[in-house]
Amino acid sequence: MNILNETTITLDSRSCNEAYARGAVAMFISSLDPTVSEISDIKTAVSEAVTNCVVHAYRDNVGKIRINVRILPENTVYIRITDKGCGINDVKKAMEPLFTTAPGEERAGLGFAVMQSFCDAVSVRSTPGKGTSVTLRKKLSLRCHNV
Amino acid sequence: MKTVMQGNELTLFLSGDIDHHSARAIRETADGLVQEKHPHVLKLNFADVGFMDSSGIGLIMGRYRTMQLYGGMLRVTGVPDELRRIMELSGINALDVLEGGKGNEYS
Ligand SMILES: Nc1ncnc2c1ncn2[C@@H]1O[C@H](COP(=O)(O)OP(=O)(O)OP(=O)(O)O)[C@@H](O)[C@H]1O
Ligand SMILES: [Mg+2]
Repeated sequence: MNILNETTITLDSRSCNEAYARGAVAMFISSLDPTVSEISDIKTAVSEAVTNCVVHAYRDNVGKIRINVRILPENTVYIRITDKGCGINDVKKAMEPLFTTAPGEERAGLGFAVMQSFCDAVSVRSTPGKGTSVTLRKKLSLRCHNV
Repeated sequence: MKTVMQGNELTLFLSGDIDHHSARAIRETADGLVQEKHPHVLKLNFADVGFMDSSGIGLIMGRYRTMQLYGGMLRVTGVPDELRRIMELSGINALDVLEGGKGNEYS
């Protein structure tokens, strides 16, 4: 993988860090001159993945969330969100729209559906008891600057 | 959060980012006011919301159920263009709570 630029952020799984997480990713990719709607898509997808770590992965404790952001050739953004929390037993099922293990907490079961709709590719790796990593990819439009 | 009670209608003017962190306070305010004032219609105005993820959908669905429980109605107004896609994706259109436009015509 030819990485043009990269950063890694580690944060505690506290809900007050959700805004920081998506804001930090948005700032890092701003050098690619994304459109307002591309920034919004990426912030939303990152917010979903990070919130899942806070709400599900570290349900009864506070753990570390690692966010690795890479700028790849052709204006492509790669974001990997990793936790060492409870893991997911059945990833395929978890990714189905409206599936949630926390309906009592007003979860809609739409986090993965939103990530899939707002990014070009989403892949999930999880080991029950060990943790989960979610990888998002999105190719941004190349805008012409010669106005 | 600005709230306005007018006749049987309670309007909550939401602002800023709606995520898992901020949804909690909004939920508590909304449910507290609904219990206290028993409005027939609860309006959530999204005109000043700049960001929302699926936690916002959970918030809307939850208020929809609360209002049903009290025999009232929920309306979602002023949805900015940036939030249209997540609203559509969530299927809340089917609940018939969404009002069109930038919302100012309804507020
Ligand atoms: N990082 C994670 N660790 C453990 N379980 C997870 C993780 N991410 C998702 N899950 C599981 O996958 C399910 C579906 O996740 P998804 O984000 O689609 O919906 P949700 O979080 O339940 O609801 P919403 O995102 O709409 O608030 C969750 O209910 C949870 O059981
Ligand atoms: Mg989720």
